[in-house]
Amino acid sequence: MKLVLPALLAADRQADRVVPPSGFTAQLTLFTSGSMAFLAVFALALSLASGRLADRWASALAGTATIRISAPPEQLDTQVAAVLALLSTTPGIASARALDSAEQRALLEPWFGPDLPIDALPLPRLIELAEASPGYDSDGLRLRLAAEAPGAVLDDHTRWRRPMAQAAERLRLLGALSLFLIAGSTAAMITLAANSALAANLPVIRVLRLVGAKDAYIVRAFVRRFTLRALTGAAIGTVLAMIGIALLPRADAAGAFLTGLGFEGAGWLLPLLLPPVVSILAFAATRAAAFRTLKGLT
Amino acid sequence: MLTNTSNDVAQGQEFVGHGKPLFLRRIRNTGRSVLPVRDCIRLRFAQFCRHAMGGHRVIAFENVGFNYGGGELLSDVSLRLAPGSFHFLTGPSGAGKSTFLKLAYAELRPTAGRVSIFDRDARMMTRDDVALSRRRIGVVHQDCQFLDHLPLATNVALPLTVASRTGDAQDLTALLDWVGLGKLADALPPQLSGGERQRAALARAIIMSPDVILADEPTGNLDWEMSLRLLTLLVELNRMGKTILIATHDMNLIRQAKSQLAARVLRIQNRRVQLAGADL
Ligand SMILES: Nc1ncnc2c1ncn2[C@@H]1O[C@H](COP(=O)(O)OP(=O)(O)OP(=O)(O)O)[C@@H](O)[C@H]1O
Ligand SMILES: [Mg+2]
Repeated sequence: MKLVLPALLAADRQADRVVPPSGFTAQLTLFTSGSMAFLAVFALALSLASGRLADRWASALAGTATIRISAPPEQLDTQVAAVLALLSTTPGIASARALDSAEQRALLEPWFGPDLPIDALPLPRLIELAEASPGYDSDGLRLRLAAEAPGAVLDDHTRWRRPMAQAAERLRLLGALSLFLIAGSTAAMITLAANSALAANLPVIRVLRLVGAKDAYIVRAFVRRFTLRALTGAAIGTVLAMIGIALLPRADAAGAFLTGLGFEGAGWLLPLLLPPVVSILAFAATRAAAFRTLKGLT
Repeated sequence: MLTNTSNDVAQGQEFVGHGKPLFLRRIRNTGRSVLPVRDCIRLRFAQFCRHAMGGHRVIAFENVGFNYGGGELLSDVSLRLAPGSFHFLTGPSGAGKSTFLKLAYAELRPTAGRVSIFDRDARMMTRDDVALSRRRIGVVHQDCQFLDHLPLATNVALPLTVASRTGDAQDLTALLDWVGLGKLADALPPQLSGGERQRAALARAIIMSPDVILADEPTGNLDWEMSLRLLTLLVELNRMGKTILIATHDMNLIRQAKSQLAARVLRIQNRRVQLAGADL
């Protein structure tokens, strides 16, 4: 691109003039590349945001698990002791500790209010464990728990963490796929616009051929135009979309997904790649269309 | 036929005697023009090279046959245009004169035999070769096409533009004046009459100072005086060594030319191209 664009811009304006200005296809190309760049910015933001989300969920949830022990009150303490002893000899577990009743109350408070008579209720006891790396074998641990403490259930979060992380991962893929589709549609629409401009200018092309213009000269006249228009349109679309994203409310501490849509740090540089990418697409699409049209003429 | 047009011819001769193309004279005097001195040198050199290599042909047809997909239009046509020759091409309407010219500038490829352009087989030429050969062959088409959005002067200079060459503005003006279009330099082609278009097409064909000039009915829409003016220009160019082929129905034009130089007349008849008899 670094080489192509300046060369294109430097190409003599005379070559540009031999093709009559076409208001309609010009506006079409400008509008198409503008709106495609606008959409691409959002697809890019979606892809980046869901990527961050997937990473955050995976890292925040990985490494912790809970063991819930439900048993008759008289057996509860022995089972808790048995489980803790078992965990201390299980490879892959960094630490384990039983939550005391104050902590359990704190967990339940949002649901049942501060006045919960926690000691009077047959609540299960919770043991929080931190995973070392490499981690433990959760199926093996389940089997041993079943043998030593029949009331213990291992909840390693993966059951619900996995689909969430997968969903975020999918979203990232969908974002990337959208980018490709947008690129494809841009190329397709610019090809259509270029074809219509070429068809409308067949008499011009014939005259140029007859007075000794090489294919490259004729192609350049069209390509230069379409590339510059696409560059302009994409630049406008990108800037508007970036302003739109910058004006979104900032992400709150909880990092809610929708408000997390946007760019962070160096991520703001990525959408700036869109205008050059769109003009490369326009360049390639117009060039291919023009050479294809010329092949059919003598 | 000769008698009832002799008056016209006499008028024409008088006109030819007085009016020399100004810009052609400038070439001789100053060496700076549409047809610069280095072009003359190049032409001499090219002629020398052709002789040295044994090639004497600018355009050669060898057993050429052609059809548009239907019946044979031309068959077994063999002839060569030697450098510096002056030919007319005649024949009934629909005989294939325009087709013959199109074969000669590689707009069409022969369906049989071989057309050589500057000693290269037309069928072996790439698209760029064709483009380059058209810079050495000035063509006046029967239906003169222009870029309708650009003024006449820009259109006439178009061969220079597409070859990335800059012409002398003075020469362009002189050339336009000579074909009587000086006042119309800024007019758009759709505003021109048929004859004005033909004159503009001739101006465009010769602005590159091509080695060969192919003209398809260049005087079809012109009055006799203007026809003679264009003929004078072509005769002048021929005297500078250019090879010229003119398709025309105009017998008076042919007679007029033959009175000035050794023009030969080709006739398309029964799908063949033959040298016409001396009676013409
Ligand atoms: N593109 C084409 N496709 C099919 N047939 C064609 C085509 N061009 C010309 N013809 C036919 O070929 C024949 C010769 O055409 P051409 O234009 O060479 O004639 P011409 O000698 O120049 O005639 P005129 O003196 O009227 O200009 C005509 O019968 C014409 O109908
Ligand atoms: Mg014809």
